[in-house]
Amino acid sequence: MRIKRISTFIMNKSIRMATLLIAVCFISFVLISASPIDPVQSYVGADMTRVGSEQREKIAEHWGLDKSPAEQFINWGSSLIRGDLGTSMIFRRPVIEVIKTRFISSLALMGTAWLLSGVIGFLLGNVAAMKQGTWIDKLIKGYCLTLASTPTFWIGLFLLIVFAVWLGWFPIGLGVPAGVLSQDVTLIEHIKHLILPAITLSLVGVSNVALHTRQKLLEVLSSDYILFARARGEKGFQLFWRHGLRNVALPAITLQFTSFSELFGGAVLAEQVFSYPGLGQITVQAGLRGDVPLLLGIVIFSAIFVFIGNLIADAIYYFVDPRTRGGRAI
Amino acid sequence: MLSIQKCNEKTIRMNNRAVNNDAKSSNTDRKTVDNSTTPLLNVHDLSVSFTQYTRGLNQKELKVITNLNVSINHGEILAIVGSSGSGKSLLAHAILGILPANVIISGNMDYKGVSLIPKIQAELRGKEIALIPQSVNFLDPLMKVGKQVRSSVNNGNATKIQRNIFQRYNLEDKVDHMYPFQLSGGMTRRILVSTAIANEAQLIIADEPTPGLDTGIVNETIRTFRELADKGCGIMLITHDIETALKIADRIAVFYAGTTVEIAPVEDFSGNGNNLRHPYSKALWKALPHNDFRPIMGHQPPPNRLPKGCLFAPRCDKATVECHDILPKASSLRGGMVRCIHAS
Repeated sequence: MRIKRISTFIMNKSIRMATLLIAVCFISFVLISASPIDPVQSYVGADMTRVGSEQREKIAEHWGLDKSPAEQFINWGSSLIRGDLGTSMIFRRPVIEVIKTRFISSLALMGTAWLLSGVIGFLLGNVAAMKQGTWIDKLIKGYCLTLASTPTFWIGLFLLIVFAVWLGWFPIGLGVPAGVLSQDVTLIEHIKHLILPAITLSLVGVSNVALHTRQKLLEVLSSDYILFARARGEKGFQLFWRHGLRNVALPAITLQFTSFSELFGGAVLAEQVFSYPGLGQITVQAGLRGDVPLLLGIVIFSAIFVFIGNLIADAIYYFVDPRTRGGRAI
Repeated sequence: MLSIQKCNEKTIRMNNRAVNNDAKSSNTDRKTVDNSTTPLLNVHDLSVSFTQYTRGLNQKELKVITNLNVSINHGEILAIVGSSGSGKSLLAHAILGILPANVIISGNMDYKGVSLIPKIQAELRGKEIALIPQSVNFLDPLMKVGKQVRSSVNNGNATKIQRNIFQRYNLEDKVDHMYPFQLSGGMTRRILVSTAIANEAQLIIADEPTPGLDTGIVNETIRTFRELADKGCGIMLITHDIETALKIADRIAVFYAGTTVEIAPVEDFSGNGNNLRHPYSKALWKALPHNDFRPIMGHQPPPNRLPKGCLFAPRCDKATVECHDILPKASSLRGGMVRCIHAS
């Protein structure tokens, strides 16, 4: 019974993922072909004047650019299935390799921010809701609303000015110190470069998580079962621990996993501000410099990344919540 | 399950503590309360109003309970009967002290002669005063029901007590591990009642305990309440179902637009209702299918449009000029209470 349920769940989700990916690939391909980027020109770059029109035609033919868009899509799609995402024009390396190395450095950044914002946001949200209407609540709410309406890049710049430029506590940008061989970079230096961008990302995340948690807990607190718990003499922290936390934890965890998309979007901006060599930064570069294979690769990768976040959230609800665990449809 | 003697010992201890806490209370002279004469609960002139923001920052007071009087003795079942929207549930919440913050309460509530101020309410609820709520929504959806009942136990081995109660209500072992959404209507009812029994409460307030249940479960619930009352508990049964109230209650308080218009022994609800004191109770009695089945004209006034005088006057065929002017005082009449200047 249980195995059957798990396998149906996996089946359903796999089909969903496949259809999603096909749609994402198709739409991004159409968008890229409609864009004004000339692949040959962006490939050749500054050497354009030294390349004759004959040579350009040869390059186009080599890449199959003379074929119809449908054929191009099928060609690209079939190599995609074989795991070949092509070669990045900027880095002259396979796209998959570029994404892999960049993602690892982004992972440290996004992971830290994700954990920090989740834990702090959840705590703040709960405190605010339990103390609804008091000065603590007003303070937390005010802080969250202010931050929620502040752009990520602005916070990044602000932190950079205060802590890196004025106070000089942290390095200005980059992922490692400039002019040091990569094997000589210490862990401390890695962490030092990580702190400011991670704080920037967390600060924004905190407000979202806290406001959502606060709202959810207020909903829980106005429910009949809390009224009944109070009628049975429960109050304060005991009431929160027994009934509040229990009912607010699941939605909070779920929200945390579905926030992967915002995390990715935030990372693009934060990494740009701090010149942090992560996935977000090369996304911007790939877009600006017309690196079509890399851009498409990142699009597909980020789609999978966000999908996995949602998948985990769904799985938690499906297998942990007793109300759905009993065996209702997905 | 619970001996009356134990109940009383606990009660006296509780009383002393309550009185010590509330030294300024005028009730200190009644420190040694005799349970046989002092009512378990006495509510006198209770009014409950909500403050509401109307337009802009204008506040308006919305009176939902007006000058309510009611009392319950040990071993007695008092039914509070009234149509929906008459403020019955709010009365229950007011006694327990779990009304929201924007509520203004006036009047006296005495529990065993001790004034029910918020601090004492907080001490008593879940210990001496228990609520049996209406529906499964009052159970935590993510907590196993066995655990929820166990958390109500104040004295002794929680697991053993909970298991004993469940056994008595024919709830199998596996019910302990069920979540509220898995329960049937009858099981829910028995579990909600179990929470009050696990409390070893003296005063049980049951808010609509029998809505939409089949006769079997209704009768079972009624039997349980009778047993509890026979052990010395006082039970306040809040319902809109006059039939159930008649089967179980010792006295019936008729509730209308936020106040009790009449309190009568259950025997008075008989024949053509001539023993009843208030025109509304009479009309209610006559509206029953097995009596005249004659509906009462008009509607119960909502809290924001209460009449100035007697609350029932606009619908009453005996109303005179005075009725529209002043709210009649509660007066004793033939072993009951009535709030009507024409009652005899």
